[in-house]
Amino acid sequence: MSTHVAGSWRAALVAVENHWTWYRRNWRATVISNFLQPVLFLLAMGVGFGSQVRVGEATGGHPYLVYLAPALVIITAVQNSAFESTWAVFSAFKWQRTYVAVVSTPVTPAQVLYGQLLWIAMRLAAGSAVFLLIAVALGAITSPWAVLTVPVATLAGMAFSAPVVAYAATRERPDSFNAVFRFLVLPMTLFSGGFFPLSQLPGWLHPLAWLTPVWHGIELARGVTFGTLSPLPALGHVAYLSALVAIGVVLGRRYFHRRLAV
Amino acid sequence: MSGPAANVTNVTSTLVHAKGLTKHFGSFEAVRGIDVEVSKGEAFGFLGPNGAGKSSTMRMVACVSPRTGGELRVLGMDPNTDGPRIRARLGVVPQQDNLDTELTVRQNLQVYGRYFGLSRAAVRERAVELMEFAQLTDRADAEVEPLSGGMKRRLTIARSLVNDPELLLLDEPTTGLDPQARHLLWDRLFRLKQSGVTLIITTHYMDEAEQLCDRLVVMDGGRIAAEGSPSELIRRYSTKEVLELRFPPGEQSAAEVRDLAERVEVLPDRVLLYTSDGEAALSAAHARGVRPVSSLVRRSSLEDVFLRLTGRTLVD
Repeated sequence: MSTHVAGSWRAALVAVENHWTWYRRNWRATVISNFLQPVLFLLAMGVGFGSQVRVGEATGGHPYLVYLAPALVIITAVQNSAFESTWAVFSAFKWQRTYVAVVSTPVTPAQVLYGQLLWIAMRLAAGSAVFLLIAVALGAITSPWAVLTVPVATLAGMAFSAPVVAYAATRERPDSFNAVFRFLVLPMTLFSGGFFPLSQLPGWLHPLAWLTPVWHGIELARGVTFGTLSPLPALGHVAYLSALVAIGVVLGRRYFHRRLAV
Repeated sequence: MSGPAANVTNVTSTLVHAKGLTKHFGSFEAVRGIDVEVSKGEAFGFLGPNGAGKSSTMRMVACVSPRTGGELRVLGMDPNTDGPRIRARLGVVPQQDNLDTELTVRQNLQVYGRYFGLSRAAVRERAVELMEFAQLTDRADAEVEPLSGGMKRRLTIARSLVNDPELLLLDEPTTGLDPQARHLLWDRLFRLKQSGVTLIITTHYMDEAEQLCDRLVVMDGGRIAAEGSPSELIRRYSTKEVLELRFPPGEQSAAEVRDLAERVEVLPDRVLLYTSDGEAALSAAHARGVRPVSSLVRRSSLEDVFLRLTGRTLVD
C-alpha cells in the first residue's frame, strides 16, 4: 500500500473532501439556518418594512430592498460563519473528537485547521451564491456587479470565522458560544450599517462598528454593487479583513497545536 | 565489513526505542524515565493501574504527544522531526473511540484512508476488505451512531489498519466490552499478529495481556516496575501455585500458616499462600487444625504479579 505524507495544501483538500462526505449526508439540517433565515429577513425587512422607507440619500437613491440586499449577503455569511466556527469546531475537539482521530494520521494540527477554514470558506462562498440567486429572483439585485458580493462575503465571513475558530479551540465547555452570538453576532448584524446607515448612530459608536468585519464587508459589498467604491477605501477594507483572517490563522495554529499535541 | 548491512537490520528490527523517556504535564510527571525496546513482529504490552503512565507513553510513541525528555525513536525516526512520516506507517486505536458517528461504517474507513494519501479507488477497495475483517460487512452502509460498543471498537480497529501499518498501537482495546466482543477482538488481534504486524497494547486486564503479549512491562507511578514474558514475570514475582483459604471475615489465622509458604497475604476474608505446591500446603494447614470455610489451589496468574507489584490500593 502506498501511503504518503501530504503537503499542507493537499491535506487541507482531503479534509474538505471528507467534510463534503459528511455534508452530503447531513445538508438538510443546515438549510434552515443557512438560507431560510436570511430569506425571511429579506422578505420582512426588504419587502415588508422596506415598502415604508422613502428612497433617498440614506438609501443611496435605491429602493430599500435593493439597498439592503448586498448588506444581507454579508450579514448572512458572518452569521453562518459563526455557526460553523463554534459548535462544529468544539464538537470535533470534544464530542465527536474527529480532530483527535485525524492527527493520528500524517496530518498535522495546523493542517487540520487549514482544512477546517477552507471548508468553512467554501460553505460561505456557496451559501452566498445561493442567497444571491434568491435575492435576484426576488428582484432585490439589479446590478450584475453584485456577483462580487460573493467573494466579499466569503472574506468578511472568514475574517470573523478564523479568530472564532481559534477561540473555540481553547474552550473546554461550549457555554460561552451563546455570548459570542448575543454580544458579537447580534450587535454586528444590527449596528454595522446594514439595515440603516452608520450615520444614524451616535458618533461614539462608529469606531466600534469600524472594528467589525461586517461593517467593512458591507461597505465593500454596497460599493461593488452600486459602483460607488474608490480604490483606496476598498484596499483598506480588504486589508483589514485579511488581517483579521491572518490573526485568526496564527492564533488558530497555536491553539490547535496546544490542544491536539499534548 | 558488514557494518552498513548490520545497521540496516538493526534499524528495521527495533521498531520502538525509548531511553529515559519522560512526560510532564505542568508539575505532574506522568512518565518518569522509562526504557523500552520493541522488536518487529512482537506483541508488547504495557500493564498498569489507571494513571500509571501507559496512555501518555502510547501517545508519545504514536507521535501525537511531544516528549518532555529522554530518547525516543519510532521506526528508526525521531517523532519530534519526522512525526508525519512515522504516523504514515502507524495504526492507532485510541482508548476513547473517535469515529465520525454521523457517517456510515464504510465512509469512516474511506475518509480516514484518504488522510494517508491513498487514492479514492484504493480506500474503496480497502474499506471492503476491512469490513470483512471486522465482521461489519452487513452494516457497511449503516450510520455508526447506533452501533454497539463492540462494533464501534471493531470499526476503530479496522480503521487503524487502513494504511496497512507496520506497528499497531492499541490503548485498552477491549475496555468496556462484553466477553463475546472481547474474544472476537482478541481473535482479530491474534490474526494480525500472525500476519506479522507488531502490536503494542496497553491494558489493565491480565487475561488480555496473557492472551496477546509475548513480552510486557508493568508500569506503576510513571515507572517500569518489571519487564518480561508473562510466564517469566509469574516465575519471578510469584510462585507456581497459590492456595486460597477462605475464612469468615475477621477470623483468619495467618499466624498458624505463615511458615507454610514463601509468602502469605492476608485479605479481609481470605489468606493467600504463595507456594510451589498448593496441595501440600493445604494438607499441612489441615494437619495443624486450620479449618477454613473453603479452600482453593490455583496456578499463579499475571494478576498476582500485578497486584504484588502495584499494590492492592485503589487508584482513581
